[in-house]
Amino acid sequence: MSATLFSNARLVDPVAGEVRTGDLRIENGRIAPPGPSGTVVDCRGLCLAPGIVDVGVKVGEPGERHKESFRTAGRAAAAGGVTTMVCRPDTRPPIDSPEMLEQARARAAAAPVHVYHMAALTRARAGSEMVEIGFLQDAGAVAFSDGVRVTADTKVLSRCLRYARSLGALVIGHPQDPGLSAGACVTSGKFASLRGLPGVAPMAERMGLERDLALVEATGARYHADQITTAAALPALARAKAAGLDVTAGVSIHHLTLNVLDVADYRTFFKVTPPLRSEDDRLAIVEALASGEIDIISSMHTPQDEESKRLPFEEAAPGAVGLETILPAALRLVHAGHLDLPTLWKALSTNPANRLGLPGGSLAPGAPADLVLFDPDAPFLLDRFQLASKSKNTPFDGARLQGRVEGTWVAGTQVFARS
Amino acid sequence: MTFTQRHLLGIEPLHPLEITTLLDRADHYAEATRKGDKHGDALAGLTQINMFFENSTRTQASFEIAGKRLGADVMNMAMQASSLKKGETLIDTALTLNAMRPDLIVVRHPHSGAVNLLADKVNCAVLNAGDGRHEHPTQALLDALTIRRAKGRLHRLTVAICGDIAHSRVARSNLILLGKMENRVRLVGPPTLMPSEVDALGVEVTDNMAEGLRDADVVMMLRLQKERMDGGFIPSEREYYHRFGLDAEKLAYAKPDAIVMHPGPMNRGVEIDGTLADDINRSVIQEQVEMGVAVRMAAMDLLARNRPRAA
Repeated sequence: MSATLFSNARLVDPVAGEVRTGDLRIENGRIAPPGPSGTVVDCRGLCLAPGIVDVGVKVGEPGERHKESFRTAGRAAAAGGVTTMVCRPDTRPPIDSPEMLEQARARAAAAPVHVYHMAALTRARAGSEMVEIGFLQDAGAVAFSDGVRVTADTKVLSRCLRYARSLGALVIGHPQDPGLSAGACVTSGKFASLRGLPGVAPMAERMGLERDLALVEATGARYHADQITTAAALPALARAKAAGLDVTAGVSIHHLTLNVLDVADYRTFFKVTPPLRSEDDRLAIVEALASGEIDIISSMHTPQDEESKRLPFEEAAPGAVGLETILPAALRLVHAGHLDLPTLWKALSTNPANRLGLPGGSLAPGAPADLVLFDPDAPFLLDRFQLASKSKNTPFDGARLQGRVEGTWVAGTQVFARS
Repeated sequence: MTFTQRHLLGIEPLHPLEITTLLDRADHYAEATRKGDKHGDALAGLTQINMFFENSTRTQASFEIAGKRLGADVMNMAMQASSLKKGETLIDTALTLNAMRPDLIVVRHPHSGAVNLLADKVNCAVLNAGDGRHEHPTQALLDALTIRRAKGRLHRLTVAICGDIAHSRVARSNLILLGKMENRVRLVGPPTLMPSEVDALGVEVTDNMAEGLRDADVVMMLRLQKERMDGGFIPSEREYYHRFGLDAEKLAYAKPDAIVMHPGPMNRGVEIDGTLADDINRSVIQEQVEMGVAVRMAAMDLLARNRPRAA
């Protein structure tokens, strides 16, 4: 493959922590040192950054292909500047055996971006018997998680963590107290009381996190909290990190940019797990992201068809699609002055790649040429029916967003170009 | 005419002037009915469908009588026994009924927000007859009318709402309405039956009946559902009655002319003493039922005037 030169770009370099004007050369699917180039891509002063590494994408294969297939999810990812999807195991049936994982990997070839897979932590995500962590690792599982289903039995979780530790496997937990959150569909408080919806106290997240961290301390396992969304949970996270535990934390783009009041008159596209929080919590989490206490931003892409959302709020399915909106939504934080582009890109790209041991997240020579070219300022109105995802359940429908992906490259091949 | 709503989904969207307009209209119907002038033609030729996804005898009967007194063609649908059992979604049911071109749909549903969802999909006026723990606007309006008739005004009153606030749509609609009309609202009940951060809604919250009832003009008792009585939310029925049940002794903390209200159906000896409930000098519980019909007549009358003209 001949070399390509991206000229006249604002290079967003999260590793160096800077945005600099310059050129970037790629060759044979990798970022290359300066040298002769055949093709030149004029970036017209737009931003060029490492592609987004999205941890926790739900694809409907197997079981719910009518909601999202690897092909449509991959197209959505490419359109959104996501060059690596790390897919969730909470499919039907779940990815809980090497055989299931092999099937999913075969299907994933239909996606034009890199796809990696998590496996369930326990069989059928039932929380009682651990999966074949070793075999699944050999088959390519990059992390182990039962998704939003909390392993309630502490003895089971403790054994899973201990066993995972011996293999160096990363366990991704969903910090939430299962008792307090049972049946809840919004965060408790004034809004929940007014709307008459069953709520869960923000404290349930801290309780879940404290429990998981205690077990991590006891077992020495590598642990990532999928979503930290409340201020009350932050001190526990800071303590664990200060104590040197191998712990990281993520947050969904929706909890960074929306709050519980967005639910308004029972808008089910705003029903996510955990539920949207108060504005105070949102701001605390944004601050924790800016300070690096929270490591990773995910879209928590969860496709749902119209039927599962056109229901009374309590009965509607939770989740929102996010692959195509994660970039402009995240740029809201930059435009609002909460953080700068390199800090944001660490959380979108470098940190998730490093945490899961994946290539990507860097502009250094030798890194894969997984790139996104975007105009950080271009304004647009989002129309959900223009999304490439098979499901259109985005909370940003009709929202004013700023920041458009102009092109996406995976291993040096262009997989998306704005027409 | 200051009533501009297309639907009656809750008290929250109403302007205080709209509440007053509706109550004035209801007063008119209440008086007319008492004089024996029971029949009107405000809804003549209109079709009213009552869709109750939850059991109800009183509210459904009240809506049915209200509609019939104004000349509507009223149809009752017992929805539990119907299509939802066959897997049809709420929206499909709504669209099916909508195609039959009703003018008013009265809906009760076990889920909060379900009536809002349905109102989005139909062309006619929708009245919320209670959705989950959210709102029960006609109950709050009939309570307001009863208070206004007994006290001569609907502002600067101290109203104690007592009991299971958390699960009560009646309490929610009432505290919103009474707040809009500039009254002092106290919520009294065990903390396990109190919604979270409810004090942020501009009400006083206490778990002490003596404190809550002190100098109250109105004491509103709520029904405690049987399934909440055993250990889950409160230790026992008898401890609840001892601490929160309304009897003459506790009522003595309120003003001497305080009225006693209950949305029904009552659990005598659980949240209210039977003798007190029957005391015609204090209890306005029967008047509440009477005003219920008048308020529903007024609500449907006003909504029928605002309905979009046939295309």
